[in-house]
Amino acid sequence: MTATIAKRLLAAIPVLFGLSLVVFGMIALIPGDPATAILGSYATPENVARLNASLGLDKSLPQQYLAWISGVVTGDFGRSYALNRPVIDIVLERFSATLLLAGASLLLATIFGLLAGIVSAVRQFGLADKAITLVVLIGISVPSFWLGLLLILFFAVRIKLFPASGMVAIYGGGGPLDILHHLVLPAITLALVATGVIARLTRTAMLEVLRQDYIRTARAKGLTERRVIYRHAFMAALVSVIPVIGIQAGFVLGGAVYVETVFQWPGIGAMLVNAISQRDILLVQGGVLVVAASYVLFNLLADVCQTLLDPRLK
Amino acid sequence: MRKIVAAAFALCAMVLTLPALAQTPPNVLIVGQIAEPKSLDPQAVTATNDFRILVNVYDGLVRFKKGTLEIEPALARSWDISEDGTTYTFHLREDVTFQDGTPFDAEAVKFTFDRMLKDDHPFHDTGPFPLAFFFSQVEDVTARDAQTVVFKLKEPFAPFLSNLAYPTGLIVSPAAVKEHGQDFGRNPVGTGAFKFEGWDPNSKVVVSRNDEYWDGAPQLEAIVFRPIADANTRVAEMLSGGIDLMVEVPPDSLNQFREDENYSVYEEAGPHLWFLILNTKEGPFSDKRVRQAVNYAIDKKALTEDVLQGTATVAAGPIPGAFEWANDGSVEPYPYDPEKAKELIREAGAEGKTLTFYVPEGGSGMLDPVAMATAIQADLKKVGLDARIQTYEWNTYLANVNPGLEGKADMAEMAWMTNDPDTLPFLALRTDAMPDKGGFNSGYYSNPEVDRLLDEARKTTDQEKRGELYGQVQQIVHDDAPWAFIANWKQNAVSTAGVQGFELEPSFLLVLKDVTKG
Repeated sequence: MTATIAKRLLAAIPVLFGLSLVVFGMIALIPGDPATAILGSYATPENVARLNASLGLDKSLPQQYLAWISGVVTGDFGRSYALNRPVIDIVLERFSATLLLAGASLLLATIFGLLAGIVSAVRQFGLADKAITLVVLIGISVPSFWLGLLLILFFAVRIKLFPASGMVAIYGGGGPLDILHHLVLPAITLALVATGVIARLTRTAMLEVLRQDYIRTARAKGLTERRVIYRHAFMAALVSVIPVIGIQAGFVLGGAVYVETVFQWPGIGAMLVNAISQRDILLVQGGVLVVAASYVLFNLLADVCQTLLDPRLK
Repeated sequence: MRKIVAAAFALCAMVLTLPALAQTPPNVLIVGQIAEPKSLDPQAVTATNDFRILVNVYDGLVRFKKGTLEIEPALARSWDISEDGTTYTFHLREDVTFQDGTPFDAEAVKFTFDRMLKDDHPFHDTGPFPLAFFFSQVEDVTARDAQTVVFKLKEPFAPFLSNLAYPTGLIVSPAAVKEHGQDFGRNPVGTGAFKFEGWDPNSKVVVSRNDEYWDGAPQLEAIVFRPIADANTRVAEMLSGGIDLMVEVPPDSLNQFREDENYSVYEEAGPHLWFLILNTKEGPFSDKRVRQAVNYAIDKKALTEDVLQGTATVAAGPIPGAFEWANDGSVEPYPYDPEKAKELIREAGAEGKTLTFYVPEGGSGMLDPVAMATAIQADLKKVGLDARIQTYEWNTYLANVNPGLEGKADMAEMAWMTNDPDTLPFLALRTDAMPDKGGFNSGYYSNPEVDRLLDEARKTTDQEKRGELYGQVQQIVHDDAPWAFIANWKQNAVSTAGVQGFELEPSFLLVLKDVTKG
């Protein structure tokens, strides 16, 4: 097991390296440069050349890449042009905010997705099943940026129950409860689609399992219905649901961009969008590398969980 | 299981009982900004968003008089300009100290400008200083004595004083730069009405009252600047009580606030111009009549009132009306006259011509570029011109348009915001400002008379005479029509009704010294 994990981690290194090359190449290929973005209206060729020189961007592309990668190996990700701070500080700060948001959403999505899936499988074609299917369908279809605005309008503007934006209160904020208070609306918004997907798949997996012979055997042995469903059927269904949750983790991280923008959540998605439009190449590189590394880790984590749960894979 | 559920409920209850929004504290103004500032080092930044904080923390030698674009004394009590217009001698105030307690004097002024302009200055590496070229005419700065500082210019340069009033000319504390080096932008020290307290990335910048302020301490205890990039979220924060003042309100919401007596709406036309660059070198627009026809054909009133919902006024010529002293009001906007346009197009034999029309998707000062382009396209269709729109992302767009339109496009949208009437025509309408000479004259307009007038205006330090020269420029360029003049943007802001003494400035800076919050 440990050997497998180590092997998977080692295999990630060339992936990340290749990715950094591709991202660097793409940013270098699109027109416009940081100096043009910084100077805006005043970007005369002369001013651009002078500013590029002082930013160290007058060197050849391979030279720039080499300078960057040799820094990264020693833990130095460079300094952002647009925000004038070390890239690693910004990326870690932003990424932890995204992780918190995505983590909370995934937790919500998993709990409610599994519950809804189980209920609608057990009560197949019943009223509960129909209601859940309808809600799930709406949840999957509603765009998150629109839902987010609706939630803000109702819960922040109308009944003033939750704050409209941000991660901490401007005065006396920063405690765990305060952050949780700010987290509720964005987490629900982000969780909705994933909840729907997980619920749908749990329902299908449960229905499949419930038709198997050993479930009939379990019932015939006289086990309580509760025990049959949660111990025998659910545990078996979980094996096929876990990889879906792993994939949803990726979608939640990706979907966070919209939610972060609407709720002004200081996460890495909104930061990356900004950094790209500013041609802030070092910040984009650093951000992408961290996000990519986390994808690799999440997938690995999902695989490990699956192996632990599925006796056949052990 | 029960315990977990009970704990979850308890947590929910606790979260819900938190005040949804601590009502904003009394006497502290919370401002909704459009983005996180880059830095609070006045020489290192270029964005209006950052300037809005800076002008409250720092002062310059001179400043814009309230409500105008005219210059008045600030840290300099007075100044003399030599006959030939190349030597400016400033007499400084004696009673001023920086917020870190060090004295403000001629050496501090010299330090500020040398750091930005001299490559061999020991603190030049605290840059880069992208707007240093505002002062490229400065040859050297000398501290004659503690209260007198002399700027020697390479040649006469009349916009020098307005450039000093611009945030790039704000004076920094040398002691603080020496202490913080590269991180000065996160530990700013000036002489302004508010002193820097703290900066939580992505959350807020806090400044507090400077009780020692030389121009009278402000009444507000503190100001909190919050970055809220999404305009709709900014509106929601305003409605839910999370901020007291917001800038750049979306037009739709502006009307909503206007009808609600709990809010005050502010609008002010600024030195902004939204125009179409026309390619005068080739194609239909090499004929002046077709260029004029486009100016007649576009319904600018419909654009400003319907598409932009009243957030802009109709532009008359290359020099925005906000520069009152440079506008005698004799140049009127081209009226909307499709018949006249058709006639001119017929005369020029340009009926049914196809035009390539470059349009950005967004960008600084560009307002609503795609919607505006579509409306313009429809207007041109009515007079028999077929404009084909090509859209680009903003930085890609600049990289395409700035090198010139030749061989690529017939027309392109553009917008500028400046602090002096000289800036835009000088950088974008002169023969010497063609793209291959490093300027922004992407439509290749050339008129020797305009070149001469602009040069002369640059060398004239007398404001009234300068104003007359720009009046002539306005007239000639209006008639030559190298651009289609469309709109001057009105900046806007909304505050809660309790906020008093706030005014928007034509300079687009956000001066909060005289604001109170009831």
